[in-house]
Amino acid sequence: MRKRPRLFYVNALLVNALFWILVLIILFPIFWLIMNSLKTNSELFSDSFGIPSQWLFTNYLDAWKTGFTYFFLNSFLVTGVSVLCTVLLAAFCAYALTRLEIKGKRFVLYLIIGGLLLSPESALISLYKLLDQLGLYNTLFALILPYIAFRIPFAVFLMRGYFADFPRELEDAAFIDGCGTLRTFWSILMPVSKPVIAATAIVTAISTWNEFIFALVFIENEKLITLPVGVSRFRDALQTNWTGMLAGIVIASIPMVIAFLFGSKWFIRGLTAGGIKG
Amino acid sequence: MRKSAFNYLYVIPALGMVLLFVYFPIVSNVYNSLFRMSSYSVTKTFIGFENYTRIFKDPLFYTSIKNNALYALFSVLCQVGFGTLLAIFLEGRYVGSRLRNFYRNVLFIPSVISISAVALLWYFVCNPTIGLINGLLDKAGLQHLITAWLANPKTAIFAVIAMSQWQYTGYIMVLMLVAVQKIPPELYEAAVIDGANGFRKTIHITLPSIKNMLIVSTIITIIGSFKLFAEIYVTTGGGPYNATQVLGTYMYRAAFLFDEMGFGSAIAVVIFVLTFTVSVLQMKYFSGED
Repeated sequence: MRKRPRLFYVNALLVNALFWILVLIILFPIFWLIMNSLKTNSELFSDSFGIPSQWLFTNYLDAWKTGFTYFFLNSFLVTGVSVLCTVLLAAFCAYALTRLEIKGKRFVLYLIIGGLLLSPESALISLYKLLDQLGLYNTLFALILPYIAFRIPFAVFLMRGYFADFPRELEDAAFIDGCGTLRTFWSILMPVSKPVIAATAIVTAISTWNEFIFALVFIENEKLITLPVGVSRFRDALQTNWTGMLAGIVIASIPMVIAFLFGSKWFIRGLTAGGIKG
Repeated sequence: MRKSAFNYLYVIPALGMVLLFVYFPIVSNVYNSLFRMSSYSVTKTFIGFENYTRIFKDPLFYTSIKNNALYALFSVLCQVGFGTLLAIFLEGRYVGSRLRNFYRNVLFIPSVISISAVALLWYFVCNPTIGLINGLLDKAGLQHLITAWLANPKTAIFAVIAMSQWQYTGYIMVLMLVAVQKIPPELYEAAVIDGANGFRKTIHITLPSIKNMLIVSTIITIIGSFKLFAEIYVTTGGGPYNATQVLGTYMYRAAFLFDEMGFGSAIAVVIFVLTFTVSVLQMKYFSGED
């Protein structure tokens, strides 16, 4: 192998140094947070840089008691149902739009994909009124239904692209064997569409799990609030117990960070599938 | 079989959901913006475009939109500009493949944490007495720079902007990384024969090849900046003295704190027009991707 010029090593050193600085900027605040979440309040105020003199895991218990059982339960429920319904409805829709004969197909497609252009924030107030009129305000449905509706356009967009690329011969064989469209969908198309289903499910899960503004406005009942809103209330609820608040931030962040560390490949594949954010 | 009335049943649930919970609220929002109304009383008074003239006369609207624009500017420079540079470095020959995955994953982590958790962490990092920033400044002998970052009207918006750069630069970097990895190696091989160096390869091959993704990233960053809400709501609530008010909090405040639903709807229409226009551009360039 050709010997590399000295300049190469200088550049490599500089580039890696830059990345290590960034790694430090990302990880140090997190490390600092975890350290302080294990201190007593008086120790936190006397020195927020030191290592805890005794590791106070009870802070986590105190934080959990502020309602985390509900926060997690609600977030799991809302996210689970939203992901399931979004994937299912979008898959049905994308299937019909790519494979079946429907009048006004193009119009339906544009109408659904056009939903991507509409931001949830600008629907907030009217949606609040609508949910109130439907008697859904302050129930978990007030989150689930809008989440599904706002995620469908992107899910259809992703799945349609995938289904359209898939050869039709397999289905034709199934049709000849006398399978109906529903059977063909389940037993032929779904099994080969696992990658796009996984990508859609992950994007939907991350965005519903972290969604904030709807969760803040459409739910009032303390027992129905989701994790992001529950956490945001810590600032006031734990005004005198800082270390409890810090422990709460850690608890709230753990599930997604662990999910990411185990499935980083899927996260990145999902989130880069369509250039979306949040 | 493929031509059957039954086929419509596949489309109707999805279409119905989108029409009822996405289109209907947006349309009725435009209608509501022409009225004066509150959430508890049933009466509403038609006032034409009065809500709009009020918005355009309200200094708070200009504070808000200025903050959104500032946020967009810094986010594009840092997340898209710096993020793209990082992606090019990461894919270049100076970083080994194992370190590449390590850097990528660490930088991506903040973007999977929910905004309210990050915002609370930042609230703590910016705390005047025990916060990380002031602590480090103190240790570095820069005591004159110490301030209450989120409570000082001059620094508050920049403190929130910094938080989002911390959270999302890695995310955009990964988006750009995927685009850089898609460039066919043959393009570079030709350049090597011509004797081009790393910098020239970046200018003449990498950047033109990822142009569409650059535009898409810029656009989603701008859209995100105009939909801003949770970041502000959790850290400053729009304060101090409304210094960090953005369109999202300005709308929330009108509709849900002051119960002026009509006025809030008009602000929502402004947010709609801004995000819609930019989204149309995104669609245009996104269909050019791949």
